[in-house]
Amino acid sequence: MPAMFPIKESRFLSGDVKLFRVEAPRIARKRQAGQFVIVRIHEHGERIPLTIADSDVEQGTITIIVQGVGKTTRLLNQLEAGDSILDVVGPLGEPSEIKAFGTVVVIGGGVGTAIAYPTAVAMKQAGNHVITIVGARNQSLLILEEEVRATSDELYLMTDDGSYGEHGFVTQKLQALIDQGRTIDHVLAIGPIPMMRAVAEVTRPHQIPTIVSLNPIMVDGTGMCGGCRVYVGKECKFACVDGPEFDAHQVDFTNLIQRNKMYRDREQESLEAFEADPTDDLEEAHHCHMEQKFPEVGPRTV
Amino acid sequence: MVDKLPPKQRTKIPRQAMPEQDACQRAHNFEEVNLGLTEAIAQRESQRCLTCADPKCTHGCPVGVQIREVVDLVREGEYLSAAAKLREDNVLPAVTGRVCPQENQCEGACVLARRFNSLAIGHIERFVADYERQTGQVGLPERALLTGKKVAIVGSGPAGLSCAGDLSLKGHEVTVFEALHEIGGVLIYGIPEFRLPKEIVRQEVENMRAMGIDFQTNVVIGKTVTIDELFNEEGYDAVFIATGAGLPKFMNIPGEQLAGVYSANEFLTRVNLMKAYDPDQYDSPIYDCRGRNVAIVGGGNTAMDSVRSALRLGAKNAYIIYRRSEEEMPARGEEVHHAKDEGVQFMNLHNPLEFVGNEEGNLTGVKLVKMELGEADESGRRRPVPIEGSEFVMPIDMAVVAIGTGANPLVQSTTPDMATNKWGYIVADEETLRTNKRGVFAGGDIVSGAATVILAMGAGRVAARSMHEYLETGQW
Repeated sequence: MPAMFPIKESRFLSGDVKLFRVEAPRIARKRQAGQFVIVRIHEHGERIPLTIADSDVEQGTITIIVQGVGKTTRLLNQLEAGDSILDVVGPLGEPSEIKAFGTVVVIGGGVGTAIAYPTAVAMKQAGNHVITIVGARNQSLLILEEEVRATSDELYLMTDDGSYGEHGFVTQKLQALIDQGRTIDHVLAIGPIPMMRAVAEVTRPHQIPTIVSLNPIMVDGTGMCGGCRVYVGKECKFACVDGPEFDAHQVDFTNLIQRNKMYRDREQESLEAFEADPTDDLEEAHHCHMEQKFPEVGPRTV
Repeated sequence: MVDKLPPKQRTKIPRQAMPEQDACQRAHNFEEVNLGLTEAIAQRESQRCLTCADPKCTHGCPVGVQIREVVDLVREGEYLSAAAKLREDNVLPAVTGRVCPQENQCEGACVLARRFNSLAIGHIERFVADYERQTGQVGLPERALLTGKKVAIVGSGPAGLSCAGDLSLKGHEVTVFEALHEIGGVLIYGIPEFRLPKEIVRQEVENMRAMGIDFQTNVVIGKTVTIDELFNEEGYDAVFIATGAGLPKFMNIPGEQLAGVYSANEFLTRVNLMKAYDPDQYDSPIYDCRGRNVAIVGGGNTAMDSVRSALRLGAKNAYIIYRRSEEEMPARGEEVHHAKDEGVQFMNLHNPLEFVGNEEGNLTGVKLVKMELGEADESGRRRPVPIEGSEFVMPIDMAVVAIGTGANPLVQSTTPDMATNKWGYIVADEETLRTNKRGVFAGGDIVSGAATVILAMGAGRVAARSMHEYLETGQW
């Protein structure tokens, strides 16, 4: 019988973004900033990658932050502390490159802030001057403000509609910093693909090394299927094992967008069916929880 | 029970055919193609065995199954004893009875093959294993007294399972680590349901659990835990690396990035492990093949599995594109024959030059060049040579690249003191399967490169013997 992964804590950070602390001691021990896990909620579910936002070795937990956009993430966001996730595997991917670059700009767009946050923490610990730019469509979608503030030397909050912080896009703030003549040694941008592509175009003329974290479709996450292949400087890379972080100036974003659309119709159908009647999925997800309460085999010995 | 016939009469019985699901029907479902022998047919087939004094069949078997004894027991109607005899050498008889290339192994070595048709050993093996499973009386061999030694097996494919079975019987405490969420490796993610029902694999795994083997899914050795940590932190005394050849190869031709181009690993994993063929029940998506033109590049068993899966997913035209001729095709004859019966179209002596797509980045066609066979190359097969000016574009909506796999580097890259060769495969002694790292053994595809289920199982057995010796003596 599968060993389950109990949810120890869960809370919404914004309307559709939820934070989970999940018991996964082996992953907690090994995880470094920039790495991810692959999660499957129940026996009929798909495998999806989620970046590890934080970990606690002593408690043996990892933190994941999930935006409910498709069926699987919305189902996940209906789980609570006390429920369990059927499969969690990781830590996968290469960790972020962390060193004393000097001045580092960390840019998080929407839920990408959750992915950028652990790297910002690591950059700060490595002695960098960390400038963080967080963007969201509006105030209600801004997440982790306090956490990010605590780890940043400078924090700029941007909303598309001006409902909070400054009115504008993250790229406008980045451009402004460059125009002010600020020395920027390294940029990390994580968010929607159009945002990452736009950041790459802002830094390209100034030859500022820029890293993005890519989110192609994955299955196994261990380099076995090649579904997550991305093209970086004409070279084929597997985001799950070679990435997920790559040189933004080399990435073929157009191809990434096209490949990510591959199952759009099916994803839409699946989401609609779930929204219309989530009973079966919820029951199955909670059934997993029941199995955990009454395990058929004893706990792991190691 | 049937009496032994005189040899002359035995050779007069024709080889009994395997009952199959009708080709027109099966091309549209994922149920098993081969239906299995009935007891009567199995009896009749077992009559054909010449019971050689020196059975060549056993020499031809990579795990050394005592085939003559098994067949004798079948003829005597002692099916459960036959199954127990099988299990002495083979932990996965229901699997190998289905997927082994018997024609090159036991059946290829069978004396009958010289003048008549070889004994249908694979079919008999499957009959025995299925009979045992259906009765629920699995004759698990007895386990030796516990030794107190802990062994970690990395990978739960055929090599890992076979090694785990043997070491557990020797009394060692065995843990099998699997990166995916289900046990079985290629048996689960690679081989389709219609050739190897997953329920059979699950049952075999349950049998192994009953033998006391511990299975841990969702552990990526090299990431979640390293080899050194297995020794130093988790207290294992020996490790067997059986991670297989899981890295998909692409052709590196233009257009391979288009949406609609899959590696065989991805396509088959979605279909088999994630059950994308049953979208009402399972969430993982796959390209909607219904009414579409689909091409699979390659001529091996994986290519056949892919093309037959595509057909079952509703493809209008399902093509095999292979650069040599059918004679050189590495796939089993039975698979090619099944594929043809089901309506797969073979475009042999064609080679893809480029995948063609539209503005949205979706695949729309493949540019092919016709080939002819030239001189024999180092593999002994005649080298395919492009025919100049024969290029043309064939419209297709989905493609699967099934041209082979390489070594996945995850374990090796985090075990820098373990030797690998220039292709990234682990270097292991041919006889002992020892690596250069103390206590670490390796076998199966991660050492040999991509091969067959049974060769991997053979390597697992060799490793088990060798590891047992190491655990007993402590000598490296």
